[in-house]
Amino acid sequence: MQVTLKIFRYNPEVDKQFHYETYTIEAEENDRILDLLEHVKGYKDGTLSFRRSCAHGVCGSDAMRINGRNMLACKTLVRDIGDRITVEPLLGLKVVKDLIVDMEPFFDNYKKVLPYFINDSPLPADGRERLQSPEQRARFDESTKCILCAACTTSCPSFWASDQYYGPAALVTAHRFIFDSRDEAAAERLHIVAETDGLARCHTAYNCTMACPREIPITKAIGELKLATLTGKIE
Amino acid sequence: MANIHQFDVVVVGAGGAGLMAGLYASRGAKTAVISKLYPTRSHTGAAQGGISAALGNYEEDKPEWHTYDTVKGSDYLGDQDAIEFMTSEAIDAVLELEHMGLPFDRTPEGRISQRPFGGHTNNETGKPVRRAAHAADRTGHMILQTLYQQCLKNKVNFFDEYQVLDFLIVNGKAAGVVAVELATGELHTFHAKAVIFATGGHGRIFEVTSNAYAYTGDGAAILLRRGLPLEDMEFFQFHPTGIYKLGILITEGVRGEGGVLINGEGRRFMEKYAPTVKDLASRDVVSRAIYTEIREGRGVNGRNYVYLDVRPETVNKYAAMDGRTNPDGSPYTITGEQVLAKLPDIIDFCRVYLGVDPITQMMPIQPTAHYTMGGIPTNKYGEVVIDSENTVFPGLYAAGECACVSVHGANRLGTNSLLDLVVFGKHAGLKAAEYAKQADFEKLPNDAEAGARSQFEALRTASGKQNAFDISTELKKVMFDDVGIYRSEKGMKEAINKIRELQERFKHVRVTDTGRIFNTELLNAWELGNMLEIADVVAECALNRKESRGGHSREDYSERDDQNWLKHTLAWKKDGRVKIDYKPVVITKYQPKKRVY
Repeated sequence: MQVTLKIFRYNPEVDKQFHYETYTIEAEENDRILDLLEHVKGYKDGTLSFRRSCAHGVCGSDAMRINGRNMLACKTLVRDIGDRITVEPLLGLKVVKDLIVDMEPFFDNYKKVLPYFINDSPLPADGRERLQSPEQRARFDESTKCILCAACTTSCPSFWASDQYYGPAALVTAHRFIFDSRDEAAAERLHIVAETDGLARCHTAYNCTMACPREIPITKAIGELKLATLTGKIE
Repeated sequence: MANIHQFDVVVVGAGGAGLMAGLYASRGAKTAVISKLYPTRSHTGAAQGGISAALGNYEEDKPEWHTYDTVKGSDYLGDQDAIEFMTSEAIDAVLELEHMGLPFDRTPEGRISQRPFGGHTNNETGKPVRRAAHAADRTGHMILQTLYQQCLKNKVNFFDEYQVLDFLIVNGKAAGVVAVELATGELHTFHAKAVIFATGGHGRIFEVTSNAYAYTGDGAAILLRRGLPLEDMEFFQFHPTGIYKLGILITEGVRGEGGVLINGEGRRFMEKYAPTVKDLASRDVVSRAIYTEIREGRGVNGRNYVYLDVRPETVNKYAAMDGRTNPDGSPYTITGEQVLAKLPDIIDFCRVYLGVDPITQMMPIQPTAHYTMGGIPTNKYGEVVIDSENTVFPGLYAAGECACVSVHGANRLGTNSLLDLVVFGKHAGLKAAEYAKQADFEKLPNDAEAGARSQFEALRTASGKQNAFDISTELKKVMFDDVGIYRSEKGMKEAINKIRELQERFKHVRVTDTGRIFNTELLNAWELGNMLEIADVVAECALNRKESRGGHSREDYSERDDQNWLKHTLAWKKDGRVKIDYKPVVITKYQPKKRVY
């Protein structure tokens, strides 16, 4: 089948402002949008720039807007979209070149929530694992799936308004540790997410949940964090 | 010469091995970790099924069994001292990950859950043993996340999206690396006492692969160009179960949970090839079995794929026939919900890419290029060794998939890769920091960037008569067809001629993007150059080894030949040609015997 692929283009070394280029290419239903971008880069315009690595939805490099919605180009097939496809960079982060955005504000926010396991108590005397029941483990399972692709954060109107807002991805990370029975820094993290640029900026737009390519129930996780900051209980 | 950085230790690559090396090196030395990706994009994150250690959380297990299984899995080409070292560190390595917060799945008692995996057995009964510690089917993702998080906690210095292009040698010692910062196109010199390569494998030289775009053999190619050898490059693993045509990995954990392979006649076939462990034989054995079924006309609809079936009714039927039991002795059964809970990503991949729901439908699969057993030769401390006497190259280390210790020999067991990168990443980091403490900085050469610059210059000024994508596509096809699962002299000679032709054509590739900012075209062309270098070595070493062993299957030499070939290959590039030498295999406890599963 023939598809029309319209791509946002911006080369800061040449262009004063962005524009769109449209390519007509042969594609199969099962082709990934990433395959189409690779084809354009290989045979139509080598300067087209985008990030990609694993090509099957686990590394999080190629999040972009496809027909207006945040998706991974490698996890979206032509058959999901149809033959008129528009590809644009994520919103809310500065476009560096074509589909590549500046990820630094995103990772800076991630780093704000103490995104690492904290437990300074002595290890079990036998040196073995800290015990955790399957139920305790299941409590934060969904939020361990995050691949930091930024699809959620850059779909959030609050983040568009201010990149000082931690954004959904950072909050999911906070959730992953706060609800881990082994972690000991929950109170500290709850304090951090309760700051002005944290949970208060979430207005439950649900965009993040819709955008997540890992199907993490992000709004639910944020809701659980809000509840925990109100009640002081982690359940 | 604006951008010069100085660190005691520089780690190249930020997957599991690089992060572990960075974490450990930074405790004793000023360390930087440089990666062409953001660290969490590294390919370790794609590993699914588990990391092996004889924790014995469900049933009896011992590091000695793990050692023997790995030796046998390697088809006796693995160095037994190194294997023993790895398996003896395995339990502590996995526990350390848990202590770092890794969210392993749990047993009812709250311990780390484990599942069976190919080639891992109870040595007394010969039956599969639950040795693979797992976090659903995203164990690699959890390792990568956890290690990156611990690096942040410990304030490791990262240079994200910097591509290392060259390795600097001064007075026969490591002196640093040169890298390009992708965001600006500027070259940076990292002056260092010790350099650790953790750059991953080169599966992208094959047409159907589970490997990321980033897997272009950069580290191995850089060292090859600097005159260092590579070891056992003929050994490449084809994983039995990749999604048909796409090559996306379907974890062996599917078979660990009871899934079986079904041919076009609707029959299970692994019992013919591996009567004891059947579908859980080691990967080379299963991949060859699938190919044999296909070649004998028993692919699905006469095509080159078979089915992997994890539908509960199928699993339960064969589990009953095999007499498989739960740890408490009750018959093993599974429900659709349990399949979904244990293998959520696999179910997701099949739904997205195939429109197939594995709970109710079979998955079309074919073997996929998966893992680089060969690589940069090292000893068990991660020190790079450069000849048949294992002479250490001062200040140079390698770990993870880019390295060849060799613990995987001719065929790697599933889950041993994650163990490898944690164990040897750690030791490479420790050794490098220790070395840096007593070593001085070598004086940098006058124009340290010259080598890197000239490589880019060639790609910017060539005639432009050739298209890089065509070359890449043709390379992958010839490697998959002729230097793939089955190999013959005729096919490999043709492949080598083709590679030579492609190398010539590559000289005419000109990058059209003349910019500096995120010039990914330039980067991709440079990576293609690496793939051509590596493919040449792989094909030459494969042609040279006149026997079949592990992942290297010769149709014209179908038997293993310990008399002549129980030895490692070392390969150098000299004047554009591959030069080969050998080094002995370390055998301690286990004399080679016939390998039956």
